[in-house]
Amino acid sequence: MTGKTRLRASGGHLIAIFASLVMFVPVYLIAVNALKSKGEAAAMGVELPTDLNWDNFLTVIDQGKLTTSFLNSMIYATGSTVVATFVAALAAFVLSRNRTKMNRFLYFFLIMGIALPINFFTLTTMMQVSHLINTRQGMIALYAAMQTPFSVFLIYGFIETIPRELDEAAIIDGCGPLQLFFRVILPLLKPVLVTSALLSFLGVWNDFLLPLYYLNSSSYWPMTLAVYNFFGQYQQSWNLVSADIVLTILPVLVIYLAGQRFILGGLTGGAVKG
Amino acid sequence: MNAISRRYPLYFALPALLLYVTFFIVPSVTGLGYAFTDWTSYSDQVNFIGWKNFQEIFSPKARYLVYIGNTLIFTVGTIILKTVLGIGLAVLLNEGVKRFVNFYRVIIYLPAVLPTLVVALIFRSILHPATGILNGGLRAIGLNAFALPWLIDPHIAIYSVIGVDSWKGVGYIMVILLAGLQTIPKDYYEAAHIDGANAWQRFRYVTLPMLRPAIVVVSVLNALYALRVFDIVFALTNGGPGYATETIATDIFKSFSEGQYGLGTAVSTILFIILLVVGYFVIRLLERGQARD
Repeated sequence: MTGKTRLRASGGHLIAIFASLVMFVPVYLIAVNALKSKGEAAAMGVELPTDLNWDNFLTVIDQGKLTTSFLNSMIYATGSTVVATFVAALAAFVLSRNRTKMNRFLYFFLIMGIALPINFFTLTTMMQVSHLINTRQGMIALYAAMQTPFSVFLIYGFIETIPRELDEAAIIDGCGPLQLFFRVILPLLKPVLVTSALLSFLGVWNDFLLPLYYLNSSSYWPMTLAVYNFFGQYQQSWNLVSADIVLTILPVLVIYLAGQRFILGGLTGGAVKG
Repeated sequence: MNAISRRYPLYFALPALLLYVTFFIVPSVTGLGYAFTDWTSYSDQVNFIGWKNFQEIFSPKARYLVYIGNTLIFTVGTIILKTVLGIGLAVLLNEGVKRFVNFYRVIIYLPAVLPTLVVALIFRSILHPATGILNGGLRAIGLNAFALPWLIDPHIAIYSVIGVDSWKGVGYIMVILLAGLQTIPKDYYEAAHIDGANAWQRFRYVTLPMLRPAIVVVSVLNALYALRVFDIVFALTNGGPGYATETIATDIFKSFSEGQYGLGTAVSTILFIILLVVGYFVIRLLERGQARD
C-alpha cells in the first residue's frame, strides 16, 4: 500500500464514520436521556446520565399503559404479517407460474396497491358495514390488505428463480396443486418469505396512520399511538418520553440487527433490477 | 381449462384479491362517486352536488393549491437531497473504503427502520431553537448565524421537514444504489483508466450512466412515498406554522377530523388519480427490470 492510497482510505473511513455518527446520534440521544432525571434530560443533551434512573421505564409502563399497547402492536404486526405473507405467496405462485393474459392483469392490478393511496372516508363506511371499525380484527385485516401488494411483488420475483422442472417432477410423483405448493414450493420460498415477513412486521409495527384514523378506544392503541399521546401529556419530561421511545424501538432494533441480511438483501432484490 | 391452469388454479389468488379489493379498491372506486356529494359526519343525508367540491378545491380563495404546492416542494426536495447524498454515500462505500462496508451500511440504513413518528419526536427536540443540540452545536463552533428557528419560521419549516425526512430515507437510496454499483463490471473502469479518464470523468461517464436505471427506480418510489407523506409532517409541525407545511395527506386528515367527508373524499380522489398515473409508470419500470433478468 502506498502512502497516497492509505491516506485516501483513511479519508474514506473518516467520512463514513462521520456519516454513521450523524445517523446514530438520535438513537444514542434517546438511549442516554431515557436514563436521566427530568431536569437533566430537559435539554436532551449528549452527556451521559449522572445517575441511572432505571425507574423511568417502570413509570412509563405504568403511566402510559404500555403493556396493553405493546401486546396490541405485537398482535397487529404478527397477525397481519402471517396473513399477508401467506395469501401473497399463494397468489404470487399461480400468477407467476401461469402467465395468461388475465393473470398478468391480476398481477399488475394487485401490485398497483404499492402506489395507490387509501381513501379513508369510504374505508370508514366499509369498516362500519363489516363491523370491523374500532376492533383488533379490523386492524389486522386492514394491515394485511395494505401489506399484500408489496409482498406479492417480492415473492413473485423470487418464484421466477425456482426451476419449473421441480413442479413437473412433483406432478409426475402425483402431487396435486395444494401438495405442490405446500410440500415443494413453500419450503423453497423460505428466504423471500423471511424478507417479506420482516419488512411487513416492521411496516405495521411502525405505522401510525391507521390507528390514528380508526382506533378511538385507547385499549386498542399500538405503541406508536401510545407514544404520541404520552408525548402530548408529558412534553416537559423528555426522560420519560425517551424511555417510552426506547421501549417502542427496541423490538425494531432487535429485528433489524438480527435480520439485516434478509432486510437489506430483500430490498435490493426487489428494487435494483431496473 | 388446460393442464397448466389446472396445476396452478386461480383460486390460490382469491384470498389476496379478496382482501385487496375489499379494503383498497372498493373504497377508492366508491370514493369517486362520493367526491361529488356533500357527505358529512353530522348528517345521514348525502346529496349530489356536482363539481362543487372540486370548484372549491381549485378556487384561488382556498388553500388547497398551497397544500399541493407544499407536497410538490417536499417531493422534489427529498428526491434531490436523498439521491445526491445517496449516490455520494454509495460511491464512498463502494470505492472509498475497503473494510467495514457492511457495518457502515447497517448504521446508515438504521433510521429507515425506525418509526417515522418517533423520528419526528426526536427531531422536535434536536431542532428546538433554544435548547436543541443542533443549534447548541452550531453556536459552540461559532456559527451563530446558522442557528435558525428550524420548525418555527414559516419560510424554513418545509425545508427542515425535507431535511429530517432525507436523514431518515437516505440509507434506503444508498443501499439500493450500492447494489447497483456492485453490478458495474470492473473492466469498464480499467478501460476508462487506460484511456486516461480521471476520477471525475470515470464517475461522470461510467458510474452515472450505468447507475441511471437504479436512480430512476428509487426516484419514482420516493415520489410515490412523498406524494402521500403524512407522519413526518404531522408529528414535526402538524402542517404549521400557519399552513406553511400542510400537505395533501395532512389536510385529508383534518377534513376527516372535522367531519367534512365529501370534500375530503374529493381531495383523496385527486391524490388517487395522480398516484394512479405515477404508479402505472413505476410498475412498467419495475416490470421491465424484472423481465431483463
